[in-house]
Amino acid sequence: MEAGKTKVISVLVENKPGVLHMIANLFRRRNFNIESITVGPSVEPDSSRMTITVKGDDKTLDQVVKQVAKQIDVLKVVELEYGGLVMRELSLIKVAVKDAKERSDIINFVEVFRGRIVDVSTDSLIVEITGTPDKIDAFLNVMKTFDILELARTGITALGRGTKSIRINE
Amino acid sequence: MTKISGARALLESLEKHKVDTIFGILGGAILPVYDELYSHPQIRHILARHEQCAAHEAEGYAKASGRVGVCMATSGPGATNLVTGLADAYMDSIPLVALTGQVPTSGVNTSYMIGRDAFQEADIIGIVTAVTKYSYQPRSLAEIPEMVNNAFYLASTGRPGPVLIDLPKNIQTGVDDIEYTNKINLRGYNPITEPKPSKINQASELLAKAERPIILAGGGAISAGASDELVAMSDLLMAPVATTFMGKGVFPEGHPLSLGSIGMHGNPAANKLIDEADVLLAVGTRFSDRATASLSTFAPDAKKIHIEIDNAEINKNIEVDVPIVADAKKTLQALLVATKTKLARGDGIVWTKRVKEAKEQLSPLLKDNPCDVVPKHLLMALRELLPENGIVTTEVGQNQMWSALYFRALKPRTFISSGGLGTMGFGFPAAIGAKVACPERPVVDIAGDGSFIMSEQELACSVSENIPVVVIVLNNSVLGMVAQWQRALYNRRYMAVNLGKTPDMVKLAEAYGAQGIRVQSMEAFKNAVKQALKGNVTTVIDVPIGSETDVVPFVPPGCGLPQQRGDY
Repeated sequence: MEAGKTKVISVLVENKPGVLHMIANLFRRRNFNIESITVGPSVEPDSSRMTITVKGDDKTLDQVVKQVAKQIDVLKVVELEYGGLVMRELSLIKVAVKDAKERSDIINFVEVFRGRIVDVSTDSLIVEITGTPDKIDAFLNVMKTFDILELARTGITALGRGTKSIRINE
Repeated sequence: MTKISGARALLESLEKHKVDTIFGILGGAILPVYDELYSHPQIRHILARHEQCAAHEAEGYAKASGRVGVCMATSGPGATNLVTGLADAYMDSIPLVALTGQVPTSGVNTSYMIGRDAFQEADIIGIVTAVTKYSYQPRSLAEIPEMVNNAFYLASTGRPGPVLIDLPKNIQTGVDDIEYTNKINLRGYNPITEPKPSKINQASELLAKAERPIILAGGGAISAGASDELVAMSDLLMAPVATTFMGKGVFPEGHPLSLGSIGMHGNPAANKLIDEADVLLAVGTRFSDRATASLSTFAPDAKKIHIEIDNAEINKNIEVDVPIVADAKKTLQALLVATKTKLARGDGIVWTKRVKEAKEQLSPLLKDNPCDVVPKHLLMALRELLPENGIVTTEVGQNQMWSALYFRALKPRTFISSGGLGTMGFGFPAAIGAKVACPERPVVDIAGDGSFIMSEQELACSVSENIPVVVIVLNNSVLGMVAQWQRALYNRRYMAVNLGKTPDMVKLAEAYGAQGIRVQSMEAFKNAVKQALKGNVTTVIDVPIGSETDVVPFVPPGCGLPQQRGDY
């Protein structure tokens, strides 16, 4: 698949066992590239919302949407327009701290990026940072100058801007 | 309400869906359903001799009748043996409901339960996700009636396909109040059947002005029952009709505007004319690689209209100008009305003349001695001997492509073959299934020796269950299609294609209690077919043919349809 562009799709699915397997399996067998996938409850109790970030050329992305929509447990698929969406990702980063200077450097960077220190020990820190993937990438670039011990990223979750919402029967 | 078992709830639900036949093999984890079957004599159970064949039998039943085929197997190996049949049905969009036993969901003082790697446990839902339209595993008995409704609805509507219901043993044996319902609960599944008027308008404008229109009909046109509409559309536009391999029979191949099938081994007239057309009306096809050959050179001059029930097929392989996502029959009906009022082109004589000329130029060459026992002559002779509604199934390989080229299918659902998955061993069990669905019609499996021995054990099924079919084995003692590729593309480096000493097909048939006839001449062949069709026992007609006979013509990989090589 060509590098192409990245697309964020919001998918409302039945809240049933096996649905995530079905979607993941679909991406694998159709040779689509998942950049990230997040799942959680939606506003309607018996459905879940998946936010899938996928990369590909226009033809591939068109197929992704159609193939996902075709799945029986998929209730709705909406492509979120870049610019018209709010997109967030959360990341936790555990960094080793050698000395007081390093500690204060890290705290400075965290403040600049509006992250938070959520755990402190004598020789390490855990930083929480939320933002667009770009912001998190930029922060991680800075943190690479230190000794990153562990990294966890949630993947993108997103909503379209404005009052319009994605509901099953619309 | 009386309390009943899950097994009974299942069978009564199947009866409500008018299931008259189940093809299957039993085993421990499905025993409660088989025990219940004892009390349901109105459902005929046909004991296959391998679960893969049970699935193919259900496919043959479904393809011949248009109804949902039902197959059943036990857990573990029984279920995994069904998988090839399910994959085949998924590729060719055949409505199937598969029932499998499963180890219990829970147990007391035992590890014989799901998730514990119990005896004959296989995660069949996990395994079949990629090859079924949907799969279910009830966790309570009360779910069964609605689940069966959903399964039959999913299998038979929209783009048809296989649905699996995996039944844990404790759900089969458990007892509960069961309420039957007609309810279908599938809020995420709403197939579109009505065409959009704006699309009908666009398509009819293109068709009305077309100078060189061509119709390409696929398997979806058969599923939709759109044969009459295709004939009417062809007559209205004076448009020739090609089919894909899966569409074979949807348009009568004796019709003056029939071109036969397109494709790698398509009829030359079809491959040539699709290249010359200015408007292509494609109906119920996914533009498979075997049909289109090279994508970039497929119908290069044609504006393309694509009628298709599955939205995901639109622009998947071929980019089209007017996509119409809807039922093929309804769409063609609407298009006929809309096009009739707009028809603006001339009399179409130039195109009609071109079609006639192409058909004549490119019709089968009968220069060989008509007495030669070659596939072309055998298949043309078979057509003469079979009634119009006689059903032909094929195995996979050369036998299949010769059948596509030389056997004219005159009615829909009379030509049954494994197109998408290309499953060797499909034809014989499919013939058995077709015969069960249509007992009054003759059913013939055109086989190769390589394919036939992959499911020959079903002779036991056909003889014991009294399902007489005819098997014509085009016997070349070689895996012919791959041998042909090794000959053409691998410099004759034959590897693993020689079948060596193949079984004596006559003795093999006789060993199972079937009739075996070996023929060495066209005359003997015709007599054997006549005898077999009259008989009431399965007959294997063994026809030795040359081991180096190629299927021609042939579009080499990477080439476009008109670059077909070899004599028809």
